[in-house]
Amino acid sequence: MKNENSRRSFIKNISLATFSALALSGCNTKAFDDFLQQNFKTLSKKEKDIIIKNLGIKYKEKYGKEFHISDKPAIDGTLFGYALDLSRCVGCRRCVYACVKENNQSREPQIHWIEVLQMEKERGIDFAHSTAQYNPEKVPEKGYFYVPVQCQQCKNPPCVKVCPVKATWQEPDGITVIDYNWCIGCRYCMAACPYGARHFNWGEPDVPVEELNTEVHYLGNRPRMKGVVEKCTFCIQRTREGKYPACVEICPVGARKFGNLLDPDSEIRYILENKRVLILKQELNTQPKFYYFFGI
Amino acid sequence: MNFIRFITGSIKIIFHGSKTYYAWLILLLLLIIWGGIGYSSQLAHGLIKTHMRDSVSWAFYIGNFTFLVGVAAAAVMLVIPAYIYDWKPIKEIVIFGELLAVCAVIMCISFIVVDIGNPLRFWHMLPLIGTMNFPSSMLSWDFFVLNIYLLINLFVVTYLLYCVFYKKEYNKSIVLPLVLISIPMAVAIHTTTAFLYNAIPGRVFWNSALLAPRFLASAFCSGPAILLILFQILRKTTKFEIKDEAIWKIAELMVYAMFIYLFFTIAELFKEFYSDTENILYWKYLLFGIGEHKEIVPYSWSSIIMGCIAFVLFLIPKTRKNFLTLNIGAVLIYASVYVEKGIALIIPAFTPDILGQIYVYTPSWIEIRTAIMIFSLGFLLFTFLSKIAIAIVFEDYNIDGIRSKKQRLPE
Repeated sequence: MKNENSRRSFIKNISLATFSALALSGCNTKAFDDFLQQNFKTLSKKEKDIIIKNLGIKYKEKYGKEFHISDKPAIDGTLFGYALDLSRCVGCRRCVYACVKENNQSREPQIHWIEVLQMEKERGIDFAHSTAQYNPEKVPEKGYFYVPVQCQQCKNPPCVKVCPVKATWQEPDGITVIDYNWCIGCRYCMAACPYGARHFNWGEPDVPVEELNTEVHYLGNRPRMKGVVEKCTFCIQRTREGKYPACVEICPVGARKFGNLLDPDSEIRYILENKRVLILKQELNTQPKFYYFFGI
Repeated sequence: MNFIRFITGSIKIIFHGSKTYYAWLILLLLLIIWGGIGYSSQLAHGLIKTHMRDSVSWAFYIGNFTFLVGVAAAAVMLVIPAYIYDWKPIKEIVIFGELLAVCAVIMCISFIVVDIGNPLRFWHMLPLIGTMNFPSSMLSWDFFVLNIYLLINLFVVTYLLYCVFYKKEYNKSIVLPLVLISIPMAVAIHTTTAFLYNAIPGRVFWNSALLAPRFLASAFCSGPAILLILFQILRKTTKFEIKDEAIWKIAELMVYAMFIYLFFTIAELFKEFYSDTENILYWKYLLFGIGEHKEIVPYSWSSIIMGCIAFVLFLIPKTRKNFLTLNIGAVLIYASVYVEKGIALIIPAFTPDILGQIYVYTPSWIEIRTAIMIFSLGFLLFTFLSKIAIAIVFEDYNIDGIRSKKQRLPE
């Protein structure tokens, strides 16, 4: 057994040495701190404050801009829900670009959290025959309707279930978020998501500095790094401050509705009560909080 | 101290060899460098250097990973027939099977490392220091079983060689239970890998209960194919003795595996094509292409054709017992399963993508070079380990020789 011990300690020493060598190679202490940073969900208030302060300094150095980074937790008694009026949507994609701007998505390579699909009226909701690449002079086109798809904020999210490192989780107000500093980039969540709502930073994300939105949430629209997954957070930086998501505000035809599912007087409850709603891929039991309905 | 001498003794062996041996090493090193330069460009610029995108977010790397899990699993499962049919050199079969398994698992883990966006954050997956999502995520299960499997095999094979090196009788009460654990573990690693895909209801192409059985059947085709050829080489070049009957028996077992694999695949195809639901799209993309998009059709049909030829060659006793046709069959079935796991398993599950859009994926040069780097590294490791094992097991390279320093190192 003596040999076993020496072997074990040998392996231990070697792995420790490699570990530190890997971590230290060509890095300053800040990068080292970044490397050792723990899962955001497991941190205390104090640790979070330090991380956020350092992040502010880092952004200032990198972009020359003052960022306001929030880590505001969920408000008690809120469960966010979304409704989209299929009879009104004209497929103009303004929501797509408002979202890109608000949430600091990479312009090159291009990342869109919302994908608008054009579908044939005769077929109904049929993904296999839909196209995201429609490009007419004027929308809507005759014979077609439009289905914008983004994160459906499932009550039973398959992406959270499969993440091997718990880098993504559902907040108490129902928003599924990602800790970009904890995500290892394995993309299992992207394979698991039935709505194509998760997007990967295949390259270094590029956002023109003058277009950066500096009002950010740590779990939402703060600038990301390459090699991590990102997704719609119902504009967590806005909605936790009592504002509407950017896509709701921009929609020129008022097809997008948003509110608190736990508030009996909210518009979203009114829609659930008075309109007939449907959810996408309901057979998968993901239980989305994103409802589609026909307003007219 | 003893163990260190065993290690230094082993290291000495790998630097002594014939010209062909050195030529082989240089070839592998060149391939590693060529592949490594490709991979370094991916490290610098990110996975954008691959052809994967949001629509097809897993592809060639994960396919290679899956294939190698099969190789790792089958190498050890071969111990069962060796035991049941009482092939003479059971210890040697265990040693070489487990060496192959060790190398294959290391290659598997390398393919995962090159596939993830932040390889330095790998430690997040570890229990205690990271936050492993256990038991919920099948990926953490897979990581867990692969590592245990690696450790068990590494231990058993090192221990066996160590005992031979010191001319000691190995302790059966240590080795036997571990070998007996490693066999169900071999089944477990491939099943868990199948469940990794199977557990995603959104990807209907994988969402079939037959996936895990098909994985095991195909692994039992490809894994023994390597050992079949390896045993013949060992028999020719060393004192390793394995009877023709044992080799034909392996081939016979592979025929059963191929038949089961074929049957499972036909059952799957019947269900999909007769039902004719919208889920058939993925199978159509695989076998016939959709519209003008026929990019992976040549891959799938070459896999099918190679597999069928191998099946026929192995099925007919005359060609099974002829070593030329047997080896052709072994290479064909290996290639067939490689293409099936590397290309045909992963890509159709993502094409059309989850919202019905088609993004055509074929591996980029960076991906191919990275894969070549990992395969060359794996071959290099396997060459070294088998060289050590051959010297210790067959060429009486042992502690006495080192002590007296008279013994010439084996070529």
